[in-house]
This record gives sequence, C-alpha cells and structure tokens, in this order.
Amino acid sequence: MNKSVTPAILSVSRVSKSYGDVRALDAVSFTLASGFYALLGPNGAGKSTLFQILTGLFVPDQGEAVVAGYNLRTDLVRALACMGVVFQQPSLDLDLTVQANLNFYARLHGLPVAEIRTRTAVELEKMGLSEVAGKRCRALSGGNRRKVELARALLTRPRLLLMDEATVGLDPASREMLLAYVHQLCRERGMGVLWATHLIDEAERADGVVVLHKGKLLALGTPAELVQASGQASLLATFLQLSGQPAAETGATLKAI
Amino acid sequence: MSALSVPRSGWGTRLRALYAISLRETIKFWHQRGRLLSALVRPVLWLLVFAAGFQNVFGVSIIPPYETYIEYQVYIAPGLVGMVLLFNGMQSSLAMVYDREMGLMRLLLTAPQPRWFLLFSKLVAGTLLSVLQAYAFLFLCLLFRVGLPLSGYLYALPAMLLGGMMLGALGLLLSVYVKQLENFAGTMNFVIFPMFFMSTALYPLWKLEESGATAVYWLARINPFTHAVELIRFALYGQFNGVACAVVLVALLVFFMLAVWGYDPQRGMVKKSGRG
Repeated sequence: MNKSVTPAILSVSRVSKSYGDVRALDAVSFTLASGFYALLGPNGAGKSTLFQILTGLFVPDQGEAVVAGYNLRTDLVRALACMGVVFQQPSLDLDLTVQANLNFYARLHGLPVAEIRTRTAVELEKMGLSEVAGKRCRALSGGNRRKVELARALLTRPRLLLMDEATVGLDPASREMLLAYVHQLCRERGMGVLWATHLIDEAERADGVVVLHKGKLLALGTPAELVQASGQASLLATFLQLSGQPAAETGATLKAI
Repeated sequence: MSALSVPRSGWGTRLRALYAISLRETIKFWHQRGRLLSALVRPVLWLLVFAAGFQNVFGVSIIPPYETYIEYQVYIAPGLVGMVLLFNGMQSSLAMVYDREMGLMRLLLTAPQPRWFLLFSKLVAGTLLSVLQAYAFLFLCLLFRVGLPLSGYLYALPAMLLGGMMLGALGLLLSVYVKQLENFAGTMNFVIFPMFFMSTALYPLWKLEESGATAVYWLARINPFTHAVELIRFALYGQFNGVACAVVLVALLVFFMLAVWGYDPQRGMVKKSGRG
C-alpha cells in the first residue's frame, strides 16, 4: 500500500524464507503507512513466518524489512522499540497478575516508573480491565487474556502494531470489540496495524489488504480496489480467484474462511 | 493523537529490563515456595544421612585449604553448596524451556534490548536466587553445627556468585538444545549427575587417583563444577584459589557466549526450531 503522502511505517522488500525445501516466503515486498491493514491468507500462507521475521525472531534468507525507518538487520533494537506485538500463541505469564504482566513488559521496554503507572492505568481502563488488574491471568477468560495482551502491546505507544490472528478462539462479541477498538486506535493514534487473519470479514473492514498465499504476495490494495480489479462480486470470491483454488478446494477454503 | 514511541536506549533502559526480569523471577520463586524446600532437602539429606553413613569410609587427609583433620561433613559442605547452585542452574534451564512452551520466550526475545543483555539479565536473576538458596543451606549448616568458619560465610559470596553464574550459563546453553520439558530428565542424567559425581564435591581428587580410577580422576580435574566447588571451599576459609577462579571464569564466558550464539536467530540453533 504505497501512500506517498505519508511516511512508510513498514517496508518489506523482497523478503524470502525457506525451511529446508519448503519456501515459506518468496520475495515478498510491500510498504505500509499508518492505517489498518489486513494480512489475508489461509493457514500455511506464510503470515506467521512474516511476523517472526518482522519481530526479529527469524532472519530472512534474503531481503530487507524496515520499521519506522529502522532496518531490522542493522537496527533491530530500535525497530523493536517502535513495535507492539500480539502473538498468535498466548504469551502472558499466567502466574502473574494482570498488573504485574503489564509492569514486566513496560520495564522490559525501559519505560520509567511514572509512565508505567499512568499508561497501565489508561490502557486497563480503556480495555475495561481495571477491575481485574489484581487478578492472576490464569483466572481470566480467553477474551480478557487477549485484551490484556493488546493493552500490553499498546503500553509503549507503538508506531506499528502486529496482530497475529489475535481473534482466534474469541467469541463473536469479544472479536468484534477487539477489532473495533484497534480500528479506533488507528484513527486516534495514527499508527499502522498489520492484522494477520484468515477471516474475510476482518479483511473487508481494513484500509488495505495484503493477500499472501503459499509464501507469495498475490495482491495488495483496498478491499474495493481488489474486488474491482478481479471483476468478482466480493472479497471472498476475489481471494479464491487470486489463490487459484479449484472448485474441489473451494468448499474447504470457504469453511476455513 | 497520542505521541507515538520514540526508541529508548542506554543503560537506564537496560537496568529497568534487568530489574523486570529479576523481579519476575523473584515473584515466581515466591509463588513456588516448595522450590526452596526441595532445594534444601536434597543437600541436607546428603549432609545428614550420606555424610553420617560414610563418615568412616571416606577418610580425608589434611589438604589445602584445611590445616587440620576435618569431619567428612565439613568436607562435603562446599560440595553441597555447589549442588544447590548446580540444581538451580539447571532449574533456570527448565524455566527457559517452560517459557518457550508458554510463548513467554517470544515476549522476552522481542523486547527492544540486545539479546545478549536479555540473556545476561536472566542469568543474573537466576544466580541471585541460587545464591540466596545456597545461603539458606549454609544457615542450616550452622544449625547442624557443621564446623565452617563464620567469616567464610562472607568470603564465599563472590565465589558463590561466580560459580552460580557459570552453572546458570550452562543452564542457558542447555535450554537452547532442550526443546521440550519432557526432555529435561535427560538433562538430569547426562549433565547434573555426571557433573556432581565426577567432581570433588564428595571426595578429594587424590582419593580418586589413589583408588586407581584414573579416567574419573581426569574427568573430575577438567570438570568446571570441581573448580566451582574448590573456589567455594577455599573462599570459605578466606583463601583464594586462582586456578579454580580462572577455570570457572573461562567456563562462564564460554557457556554464556555459546548460549548467546544459540539464541541468535541468524546463526544459532533457534533458527532450526520449526516453522512459524
């Protein structure tokens, strides 16, 4: 999504990654400015691999990624300081309280004590978690745990928020709440969000969609642009056309989506 | 619009990260009070049961740092302090593997701090808890009237810190290769027991040589745990063992650098840990 008027928050250039003979990412390139972007693709598309590269957990075999002007290869620490991440796999310390989890993260990111106090209070209140701040995370519902992870990721006021299938396992109400809140944050804070999903309805509401399939970037644009360019009636039909899935596979894909 | 993040750097942010990791380890330790109990029961059993039973079997002659004949309990006390540090070092390995399984490792490794510093912070946090437990054991030694010099309790502090860090670094290194909690039993069999038994924790080196166990003697001589125990033994008597200190220091550096290398996604073993 190239927006020449706004500076790039994330720039991915010809990034490739293989696991043995399996090509997980194949020369993927795109640029994002502020806004809500869906990274759309079925399971195995390479979304999580891309996220692991963007968070410095994996190094790409080829290519570069730049976050807020910092190259991940040469300036990983500064790049990570500009990012907030909600991983697909839960990453809360269930034995610690909600407040302790947030404090741990904020200190890990080097926030001073006074800022930790105010920011945790603000984020907890916004997420409706103030009342459970003293509870151990083990006692929280799945939805609330996700909210805590999001509150935690927002503590550092990230320029780029990475959400890796963050709504998996949530009930429809919690999913809707999370999605709406992140959209609102995008507008209020002017940050970029890359929201990995295989759910079409989440992608339909995005400012932009990056379609990934079998490690390749198939398309990027606004949902309307993608639908128009494909000549299909919906984003779902567009996605199926782009991924070139034969009729026999369409049923299975529809189920997944 | 809220102000967005500006990258923070410098030692102030690093110290906050170190504090965060140490505090988390301490809170978790506090929640698991049974850990302290089990850390103490093991060496106390050795001290009271094993040492009592083998008092007359293992005669110990006058060897440095001792200036007179000593009871066997007195001889094995530094070895048992080493045992506390060794088990805690491996416990930190177990905690790293647990954190990896629970997804917490990602959180740690994606913090905006140099990776070596994050691992160093884990090492420091684990070592502080190890030394705390070692002191709890030394306090029990006092209660059981094991004749260790009181001043030695203070002199032993730097030796225990160094030994604890070396064994903690070994734990970090092992956590690179131990992929699942279930594999931890193997660590016990292949690391903890050989390190402990092939050392001077229970018997002096000359005993091994005299008994004709040449291979064990040489293994014990090159075992860094032997040198950690000897460093503590000498320190308890206000003496400095330069060779032991050098070996422990070198082993600490080697283990730690290999662990950092192992956690480097570009070069180490972590990159082979499966698909995302």
